[in-house]
Amino acid sequence: MSTAATSLQKPKPTGFKKILHDIWASRWLQLLILPGLIYFFIFKYIPIYGVQIAFKDYKLRDGITGSAWVGLKHFKAFFTGPNAYKVIRNTLLLNFYNLLFGFPLPILFALLLNEVKQVFFKKFVQTVSYLPHFISLAAVIGMLNMFVSPSIGIVNKAITFFGGEPIAFMMEPGWFRTLYVISGIWTGLGWGAIIYIAGLSAVDQGLYEAAAIDGANRFHLMFHISLPSIMGTVVVMFILRVGSMMSVGSEKVLLMYNNMTYETADVISTFVYRRGLEQNDYSFSTAVEMFNSVVNIIFLWVANSLSRKFTESSLW
Amino acid sequence: MIADKSTSSKVMDIIVYTTMIIVLVVTLYPVLYVVSSSLSSANANDRGLVTIFPVEFNIDAYKGIFQMPTLTRAFRNSVIITAGGTAINMLFTTTYAYALSRKRLALRGIYTIIAMIPMYFSGGLIPSFLLISQTLHLYNSWWALVLPGAINTSNMIIMRSFFVSLPAELEESAYLDGANDFVIFWKIMLPLSQAVMMTVGLYYLVSHWNSWFSAMVYLNDEAKMPLQFMLRQIVLLSANLEQAALDGEAITGSSIYFTNYVAVKYATLVFSMAPMLMIYPFIQKFFVKGVMIGSVKG
Repeated sequence: MSTAATSLQKPKPTGFKKILHDIWASRWLQLLILPGLIYFFIFKYIPIYGVQIAFKDYKLRDGITGSAWVGLKHFKAFFTGPNAYKVIRNTLLLNFYNLLFGFPLPILFALLLNEVKQVFFKKFVQTVSYLPHFISLAAVIGMLNMFVSPSIGIVNKAITFFGGEPIAFMMEPGWFRTLYVISGIWTGLGWGAIIYIAGLSAVDQGLYEAAAIDGANRFHLMFHISLPSIMGTVVVMFILRVGSMMSVGSEKVLLMYNNMTYETADVISTFVYRRGLEQNDYSFSTAVEMFNSVVNIIFLWVANSLSRKFTESSLW
Repeated sequence: MIADKSTSSKVMDIIVYTTMIIVLVVTLYPVLYVVSSSLSSANANDRGLVTIFPVEFNIDAYKGIFQMPTLTRAFRNSVIITAGGTAINMLFTTTYAYALSRKRLALRGIYTIIAMIPMYFSGGLIPSFLLISQTLHLYNSWWALVLPGAINTSNMIIMRSFFVSLPAELEESAYLDGANDFVIFWKIMLPLSQAVMMTVGLYYLVSHWNSWFSAMVYLNDEAKMPLQFMLRQIVLLSANLEQAALDGEAITGSSIYFTNYVAVKYATLVFSMAPMLMIYPFIQKFFVKGVMIGSVKG
């Protein structure tokens, strides 16, 4: 502290002394930020240091630093093992279908909602559409379970009513992706539309009036004024989604899948969870997760570069 | 907008209002159905008579779950975890965001990078698990649910953007009066920031209430489990009971849980969703605000 105190008296300190001087001058702010810094260090950076166990045979008794280095053993084991192709394919396909069906719907919803003229009805629909966002995943999947249940579910009642055989949807690998995407649309439709709705409400109403005078009908207005006005946002959102093609969170899949549906449902994150926390295969699962993490960063970097090239906005 | 009566305008109205009705029905029906089933008799549930409204109305399932100590305890646990967790989030997030928002803060660039890197690269599940359970010995403790996520960087950025927009003159005059940054932060800045505190606080609150994953990973004592985790257990158990019934096995036990497990499951669902569904119409505007600030910042 004495260095900092003496540097206070000097008119223009330079280099290292200047840094110490500035830190001392903002000491109360430094104290305010300290708890957060400690938090980041412990809970974010120590685990990053711990990633090295991907290249080691981690043993509890030896700890992270003491365990023996094994090079790429666990990466090789993953790629030559029976699961790599399956979990990578499932991760990509789940994201692909989610993008294909889950991405356009909020845009369409926002465009159509924009055409509702009664303010109260519009607000009402919008508020209701946010509702699923506030329901926990555990409850959403609980509800999904009961809707498609073979004995009491309303979907199967409809099927048997029309003369079909009940389907045990949650047990069928062929239905997993469909159910995953549909439940995702149910939870995300209204919430995903917020950003587009806001964009549409900012469009200059004069544009619509001028076009209408020139003889444009409401379809023309929607496709030539409304849609182009949110196109920038659409492109950015799309690129972000493409950037996360290799990541599927484990929570929802863990709630939905069972050993009957692993064939289509098991994704990288759930595989990591099972191998790591259920079978205590710490090093192997850290290696798999690290591979996923690196691929994610590459995807995101490519997506961001594309975004910077073709649009005004980028993440960094 | 434009009030013309052309055919295309009518077609548009038909498409628009049909879509809106479909969205309303599809969104509300599952929730309504769960509530109705939870208020229906075992007979009606087993025979699948419930479509929209309760059949043979009764509240036995709710009486049942309120007598299950596991569930009332889980509800209490969820309340404690949510309240405590949100308080911790706010303490860490507001201080970090405020300090970062001040240009006078030395090393500001480094602190920003320190907060950003974990958004793109994290140690991941296993190294975090080893840290929390082996090094910090927080396994089976509520601390493991509330400390590891104390700062969500997106939320912190939302707050920082707000703090940046507060006029610097306020700070300068207080500074000349001899107040330090602690006092300025606590007495001047926070009272002016209620809107953003509300937004970020509610983000944290809803995510704590709805989370179950960290409870599954870090807790093993049923007495400490939050409600969402118990809900998942009941859904799983109920699926097993249903499978047993389909296989023709006798379901034994005389408690409400076994005689009307369908209603109990739905009542638990309602019980777990109710607090959020009751407050969400009032808090959603704060959420929307957060989405907007977040998207501007990117």
